[in-house]
Amino acid sequence: MIVTLTVNGEPRTAEVAGFESLLWLLRERLDLRGAKDACQQGECGSCSVVLDGELVCSCLVMAADAEGAEVTTVEGLGDPEHLHPVQQAFVDHGAVQCGYCTPGLVVAVAHLLETRPQASADELREALAGNLCRCTGYGAILRATTSLLSDRDTSVGSDASERGGRPS
Amino acid sequence: MRMIRPRDLDGALDALASNPGATLLAGGTDLMVEVNLQHRRPETVIALRRLGELRERDQRFIGAGVTWRELVADAPPALAELARTVGSPQIRAAGTLGGNLGTASPAGDALPFLAISDARVVLASLDGLRELRWDEFLTGPKTNARRGTELILGVAFPDLSGARQAAAKVGVRQAMVISSVSCGVLRAEDGTTRVAMGAVGPTVLRIPEAEELLAGVDVPQATMLAEFEQRVRDGVAPITDHRATAEYRRHAAGVLARRTLERCLNG
Repeated sequence: MIVTLTVNGEPRTAEVAGFESLLWLLRERLDLRGAKDACQQGECGSCSVVLDGELVCSCLVMAADAEGAEVTTVEGLGDPEHLHPVQQAFVDHGAVQCGYCTPGLVVAVAHLLETRPQASADELREALAGNLCRCTGYGAILRATTSLLSDRDTSVGSDASERGGRPS
Repeated sequence: MRMIRPRDLDGALDALASNPGATLLAGGTDLMVEVNLQHRRPETVIALRRLGELRERDQRFIGAGVTWRELVADAPPALAELARTVGSPQIRAAGTLGGNLGTASPAGDALPFLAISDARVVLASLDGLRELRWDEFLTGPKTNARRGTELILGVAFPDLSGARQAAAKVGVRQAMVISSVSCGVLRAEDGTTRVAMGAVGPTVLRIPEAEELLAGVDVPQATMLAEFEQRVRDGVAPITDHRATAEYRRHAAGVLARRTLERCLNG
C-alpha cells in the first residue's frame, strides 16, 4: 500500500508492505539510514524519531499507520557542514564510541531541548532512559547534553555522579 | 494485511462491525513487538490513533487513547505513579491506557489502579455501550471480555478525592522494565483499605484478607502492618518465569504492599 507522509519537512511517498515499521520505511524505502535498526522491541532507542511532535521508537510504529504524519529523523537536524548544536556537543565532548546509539540519542536530546529546555539533571537522566549505549559511554553523553541545558547548575557528568549515579 | 484508518469513532465502529475480530492498533508498543518478532501476522488492522473520541477525559473517566505520558502529567495519583514506571519516554509517548487493557498482561502497569478504584471498562460497538467491572473485563493472562466488534472506549471510576492512594512496582532495573511485582493501595478516610497486586497471578488480584484486616482501623500498629504483609504474601499466586521466581515474587509482594500502604498512612 502507498503511504504519504512528511519527512524532515518534505512530502514523501512510499510503497510499503503490510507489516513494515516506520523504521523500515525510513531506511529501506526512503534510504534514510540515520535511524538504526537494533532491538526491534522499543528497548534500545537507536531508532528514535520525532513523530507528530512526540519522541517515539520508529520500530514500534506501523508504517501504514504513518499516513499523514510529520516525521523528523537525525538527517533533518543537521548535516556534516552544518551540525546541529547537539551533534556539535557530542563531537566536542567525545560522546561517541561505536556510534550505533548516537543518531537516536541526538534526536532524543534535541527533542528534550526543544520541549523542556529547563530540564534538571535528574530529568535529563530520565529523558534518556530509553536510549541505550552498549559501549556504556554515558558519562560523555551526559556531559555533552548537560552543556546544552540552560540550567547548568547540576552535578551531571561530575566524577561523583559517574561513579555513584545510576540511570533513572 | 489490510489497514483501515478511521477518522472518528463512528468510522471505527463501522469498520469493526464489518471486520469482527480485526486487530486493533493504538500506540503499537505491544502489537509491533509481536509483529517485528514475527509472532503475529494480523489480516486486518484498524488503526485508532486518529480517534479524538478516545482522548476524552474528566475527573471520573479516562479515554482509551490517552498516553502514559499524559497520565504521568495528570491522572489520579496511583495511576500517575504507575504510568511513570512504564518503559521509557519513547514508550510513554506512544503507549495508551486502552492498549494496556487490550493486551491484559498480568503485569499491565495500569491494572493495579483499575483494581483499587473498582473501575469499569467502557466498551463501544454499533449496538451501543457496555460497561464491565475491571474483574469482569480481565479474564486471564492476556485475555479479556471484549467482543470482536467492540472497541475499548475508556475507563470509568468513582470519585476518589477523599481517599489516599499510592502505587509502586519492582523490576530488575529502574527503567525499561516489565514488573516482577506491582502494587496499588487505596486508603479511605473511614479506614476502608484496598490493595491490588500485579504480576503475581493470572490477572491483577485484590487481596481481601489483607483489606479486611485494616478496615475501620484508625492507626494500624506495627504488628498489624506485619500481619498485613503476611496476608498479602499468602494471598498472591505467583509463578516462576524469566523475570523472577515465585518465591521472590511472593516475598516482594508483601514488602511492596506494606511499604505502599505506609505511604498512604503517612502521606
